Amino acid sequence: MYLYDEIDQRLVDERVAQFRDQTRRFLTGELSEDDFRPLRLQNGLYIQRLAPMLRIAIPYGLLASRQLRALADIARKWDRGYGHFSTRQNIQFNWPKLEDVPDILAKLATVQMHAIQTSGNCIRNTTTDHFAGTSPDEIVDPLVWCEIIRQWSTFHPEYAYLPRKFKIAVSGSESDRAATQVHDIGLQATRDATGQVGFRVFAGGGLGRTPLLGAVMREFLPWQHLLTYLEAILRVYNRFGRRDNKYRARIKILVKELTPDVFRAQVENEWSHLKGGAATLTSDEVQRIEKRFTRPAYRKSDALSPDYVLALATDKAFSNWVRRNVQAHKVAGYAAVTLSLKKTGAPPGDATADQMDAIAELADNFSFGELRVSHEQNLILADVRQTDLFELWQRARALGLATPNIGLITNIIACPGGDFCSLANAKSIPVAEALQARFDDLDYLHDIGELDLNISGCMNSCGHHHIGHIGILGVDKQGAEYYQISIGGAQGNQAALGKVLGPSVSQAEVPDVIERLIELYLARRDSEEERFIDVVRRIGINPFKEYVYGNHHQPAASRRRQLATA
Amino acid sequence: MATIISRRRVVADNWQLLKLSADGSIDIPSDGDVIVPLSVWLAQRDALVKRTARLGVWLEGKDDPALLAADFKHFALIAVHFEHFVDGRGYSIARLLRERCGWQGELRAIGDVLRDQLFYLSGCGFDTFALRADQDVQAAITAFADFSEAYQASVERPQPLFRRRSSIPKNDTTDASI
Repeated sequence: MYLYDEIDQRLVDERVAQFRDQTRRFLTGELSEDDFRPLRLQNGLYIQRLAPMLRIAIPYGLLASRQLRALADIARKWDRGYGHFSTRQNIQFNWPKLEDVPDILAKLATVQMHAIQTSGNCIRNTTTDHFAGTSPDEIVDPLVWCEIIRQWSTFHPEYAYLPRKFKIAVSGSESDRAATQVHDIGLQATRDATGQVGFRVFAGGGLGRTPLLGAVMREFLPWQHLLTYLEAILRVYNRFGRRDNKYRARIKILVKELTPDVFRAQVENEWSHLKGGAATLTSDEVQRIEKRFTRPAYRKSDALSPDYVLALATDKAFSNWVRRNVQAHKVAGYAAVTLSLKKTGAPPGDATADQMDAIAELADNFSFGELRVSHEQNLILADVRQTDLFELWQRARALGLATPNIGLITNIIACPGGDFCSLANAKSIPVAEALQARFDDLDYLHDIGELDLNISGCMNSCGHHHIGHIGILGVDKQGAEYYQISIGGAQGNQAALGKVLGPSVSQAEVPDVIERLIELYLARRDSEEERFIDVVRRIGINPFKEYVYGNHHQPAASRRRQLATA
Repeated sequence: MATIISRRRVVADNWQLLKLSADGSIDIPSDGDVIVPLSVWLAQRDALVKRTARLGVWLEGKDDPALLAADFKHFALIAVHFEHFVDGRGYSIARLLRERCGWQGELRAIGDVLRDQLFYLSGCGFDTFALRADQDVQAAITAFADFSEAYQASVERPQPLFRRRSSIPKNDTTDASI
């Protein structure tokens, strides 16, 4: 964990006092709704369809057990006993009362948490790889760089009223697990020919209604210049980004309209004035931040224990879970474990207060009291001894957190959708539940193999449907909720945007369409090693399109099965 | 007479803010301190410099502050107009005027200027503020103290916090435990 110093703490406390006064003035009518809106948004507070929604930052996804317990307390005291982990390393509460929000923020501040800049047209919570600091292939620890960016972006006086929201992602390794190319700025750690550390800088990526991959601004930016370069990009965007149309206001539109080359030239020109200035980072500062992170005190571990090896060999359920939910660790004898919040029947990313408390205890017992929140809406214990895996699995299973579906089709990423969000065209959670129920057979699930399925309730793309191997987007068709299916999207180094399969379909038809996609994939793959996305890349989307839409008279797979068993 | 905030105090103000009328014309009184739009300065500079009263110029979000850099000696004041407070271009203009162009005179925020943006405006180099008419100017003074520190380099704090830490008293950097 990064531990606040006195100044970090004081600023968060002062923010609570500021927002308490703003809320008081709003409630007494001194502050109009229009004047209050940007202020509450920059404290994470939306007014939603059913109630306010409060979005709390989990900076770069790192959470201490004590913080998770505080979130459980908040869920019980001010909400309806649960929270929703979003795709951006935040947690959202859907039922707080506006007048209680200052108290909730004060409670958060006692555990070094906040809701600062989790919404609004400002620099948002910086996100990273959920295995940060534990992966064998890292060039830098992205947590340190995310914290440097957190401090720089927090209450930045010049960039609180940007044309639109602004999201930065950091990857600490060449293998991109932070979706850096679909962020407003993506930073990917790299080395130059002399071995010096720096970042490859992307700008202008994003999803939403105009999905675009980021353009390379610099192949190599030495680390000292990170903040001045960010300032240069933000200043060009703040001055010249479009403000006439909120759908054309993201930086990706500016980069596209100017062309990446012209935009880059403007940034470089701005940077020529800022380069080497006071914001240039020093190794003292990087070390100071590094030292404020507590680090796990890893113990030297024996080779695999006989019990573990035996369980792996004899217990299929356990070995399935290890295969899907356990990740290699840079320290011998340790592993990173994903606790699935995607159990069939539960909305993706939701956790009850009791589950949060139980997970906090697992973190205390098995992972140095820390956990991670992934953009796939799961929780991760990043530092678990291999010898503890069997016991952890048993306990996680009893809590309903051991569904062995990480990377599989039922590990669905979904936004809260029309059940909660006033922007959504369509519901996403019932669609996720119907799909989880359809693919509930574990053998079938594992046979299908790796597949990212993402659902967004509208074009704002909070469920990142563009980069799902299968993406499902809620659309409004003459007042009815329909779903547009796309395939071929991907995150990571081979990031790609999915292509629309064909006309949108009704909610009831979605599971049939997905099942037909899977049928064709299973028929056309050349081996079990060839994943769904690989087959789409190899044969293109037309065979899938024809198989789904080609023969309207042909009953869908589920109905065929029903007929067969009737 | 209007009141403004100047260096965190409420003071009377007699500058006249001049705007173009709908047909693009403008009436410039022969006497009195006036603030004219950038386009008027660029078009009528010869006439304007002959006036004896003080002269100010105001910029909009879309304007390029570098256009003024060679003319600073003619101005007693530069203002930046906020059409709507959520349009943040004026913050960048202020920093460019202060940090790039070297403007050291009065820099005034005008237009949709509200109490809850004063802290950031001040950080970007504004030192006087003509608040929107409905604002409680006296109560707004407290907003400058909303925060006691800032991480970033800015006009108010040219050195970022990380370059100032060594000069901050020790008890200010002790660990907060979690």
